[in-house]
Parts: sequence; structure tokens; C-alpha cells
Amino acid sequence: MVGLTWSWAFTWEVLPMILSAAKVTLLATLLGSCLAVLVGLAFALIRRSRHRSIRSVIYWLVEFIRSTPLLVQIFFLYYVMPEFGISMSPLLTGVLALGLHYGAYLSEVFRSGIDGVEKGQWEASRALNLSMFDTYRDVILPQAIRPMIPATGNYIIAMFKETPQLSAITLLEMLQIAKIIGSENFRYLEPFTLVGILYLMFSIMAAYGIHMIENRFPKEGISLK
Amino acid sequence: MEFGEIVSVLLQGAIVTIKIVAMALPLAAAMAFIFGLMRLYGGFPLKQLAVVYIEFFRGTSALIQLYWIYFVLPLFGFSIDAMTAGVIALGLNIGAYGTEVVRGAISSVPKGQFEASIALNFTPSQSLRRIILPQALVGMIPPFGNLAIELVKATSLVSLITIADLTFKAKSLADMTLQVGEIFGVVLLLYFVISQCLALCFRYLEKRLSKGLGRGGVK
Repeated sequence: MVGLTWSWAFTWEVLPMILSAAKVTLLATLLGSCLAVLVGLAFALIRRSRHRSIRSVIYWLVEFIRSTPLLVQIFFLYYVMPEFGISMSPLLTGVLALGLHYGAYLSEVFRSGIDGVEKGQWEASRALNLSMFDTYRDVILPQAIRPMIPATGNYIIAMFKETPQLSAITLLEMLQIAKIIGSENFRYLEPFTLVGILYLMFSIMAAYGIHMIENRFPKEGISLK
Repeated sequence: MEFGEIVSVLLQGAIVTIKIVAMALPLAAAMAFIFGLMRLYGGFPLKQLAVVYIEFFRGTSALIQLYWIYFVLPLFGFSIDAMTAGVIALGLNIGAYGTEVVRGAISSVPKGQFEASIALNFTPSQSLRRIILPQALVGMIPPFGNLAIELVKATSLVSLITIADLTFKAKSLADMTLQVGEIFGVVLLLYFVISQCLALCFRYLEKRLSKGLGRGGVK
């Protein structure tokens, strides 16, 4: 049995390679979550539109994105977009797919966060003759952010854990590197276990970080000016 | 390739996907109940075991778990075929999320119900079976429905360990015919239909189970 025993020598040999691939994973997560927040906010605001048809288009779009696999969406963007003359690098495709997929999830979080702001706040803004933009920026969003933090954080951690799927379009992130190392050396035990442990560590740290942010965040909200 | 042919090949893949869902869903439900109850009522070692299971499977990504089960377990002498590895990995992964659903739903049953069942001299297992679970089950159904959709989506990962599911068929058809637009369009639509059907089933189930419980909130 070749692979039965854990080899520390091999572990130390592959660790630097996997850690350098972690940068790609983290970069994809970071860019993906920025995009997801923007997409989510846009969807959430459009869903508050006065027109029923616009609302229902966004509703079904969100429903569609949420109930189809990320992997297929990644393939779709990677293989179909070039037909329309848009070809993107694997990283860019991955970021776009992650951003859209989790943007759809986040739009629900943002929507309920905005709905959670008291009705009186809207009425007061109306009474003070604030424009729609000022109402959102100065009154509604600052109060809506704090309750949104835990759910948003959970989705960003979930996104982080879905980044290995980007290996399917040849992005060299942690799991792909681990697989290549494994097939070159016929030893899968150490690389895969290392990647698993790294993911676990990053997720636990991120979960702790989100908890800290939530606790530090002022209860009355922050000014967005 | 003609559109009809493409659809018929993809439908074969869809059947494999549905099969995997049908096998992994009961496994996930079983894991959710076993570990959820262990987490709530187990003694010290059992509780810790449940925590380790939950944290491990929720903290790492499903694809890594799948690769680990498929590539690493054979080295320990358990050789399993791709299908079994896929079902086990997805079942354990979704089951870990389900554990928290079970725990949350049981803890949200009012405390008076536990106290009343003690006052009426029910044994712990009787009170769980007859008093607590019937009430908790209704609350579990909507989040379980969401997890079932997560499971449908996660089945696409098994294509990466060479199971000929919907995604695998799509990928190989796309490589062969280059008609990527139609193929991936149909695939997205098929996944959407499967997910929506499951969601409908869970909505029906919720309606059935909430009958006679006198819960005002559930329609």
C-alpha cells in the first residue's frame, strides 16, 4: 500500500505549491464577492420597482440562477460567451460566474434587509423631501446593513468553498494544483488532505472575522457619506 | 447534430442526475436526523462527534470531499466506484447542513411541550416521537426543500469524477459537436425544471404535514 502512510517529507514538499495556489483562490473569492454585492444590491433595488413586469422578470431570473448548478453556469459562460465574441480568461469567467450566482442569493438577503427598515423611516424621508437616491444612501441602507452582515458573510464563505469548481475551466487554484501533484506522484492523500485542512482553516477564520465585524458594527448603522 | 438528438442524449444524463438525487436525499435526511439528535441529546463523546462531523463537512468544499472519497479512500483499501463515492459525498455534505435544520426545528418547539410530556410520564423516546417531532417536522420542511435544491445543484460535481450525469453529457456533447449554446441552454433549463419540481413536492409536503397542527402561521 503506497498511499496508506502519511509522508511528512512529501507534505512539506507540496505545501508551498498549494499555498501559492491559495492566492488564486482568495483572489477569485475577493473579486467574486465584490461583484456579488453589487449584483445583489442591483437586483434587490430593481425588485422594488413600481412596474410589476420588471419585478417578475428579476424574480424569475434570480430563481433561475439559484436553482441551476454553478458548474453548469461556469461552463455556459466559458464556452458560450465566445460565440458572442466575448472571450474571457478562466479567472475572469470564474469571477463573473461566482458574482452572478451569489449575487442572486445576496439579492434576497438585501431585499429582506431593506424591507426590515421601519416604515416610518420611509415616511420621514418623504416628509423631509429627500430624493430617492438620498433616501437610500442616507436613511435606509445605513440602517439595513447591520442585520445583513451575518447572512452576507455566510454566503461569501459559501462562495469561497465553491471556488474549487473553477478548476473545471482550467483555473489553477488549490484543488487543481493538488490534483496535478497527486497524479504526477501517485500520492493523493497528502495534497487533498492539505487542501481540505486549508479550506477548513480559512472558513473558520472567516466565520470568526464576520462575527467580529458584526459585533463591532454600530447598532444604529453607519454613514455612507 | 440535430436538436432532437441533443435533447434525447441530455435526457439520459438527466435520468442519472435524478437517480443520484434519489439516492443521496434519503442518506442526507438520515444523517441529518442521526447527527441532529446526537448533537441535541447525546452524551459528551457523541455530541463532540456530531460537532466534528458538522464542522468538517460544512467547513470544506463539497468537491474536495468528493475527491477525497474517490481518490484517497481507495488507498486505505476501500475501493468504491464513482457512483457510490458521489452519493456518499453528497449525502454526507448535505446531511451536515441538514443537521442544523433538525436541531433548529427541534429547539424551536416550545419548552412547555417537553415539560408537559414529562408531567404526563412519557419516556424521552415517546415524547420525542409523539410530541416533539410531529411539531418540529413542519418547520423543517421549507429549509429541507432548499437543501434538496442545493443537492440537485451539487450533483453536477459528480461529472468531475466521470459519472455520466447531465453535466457530464453536456460537456462531452459540447466538446464533440461544438453546438455549445443549445446544449448548455437546454441543460440549464433541465436543472431548473428538476429543481422546481422538487420545490413543488416540498411545498405539498409542508401543506400535508401542517394539517391538524393548528399552526396559524403555516398556510
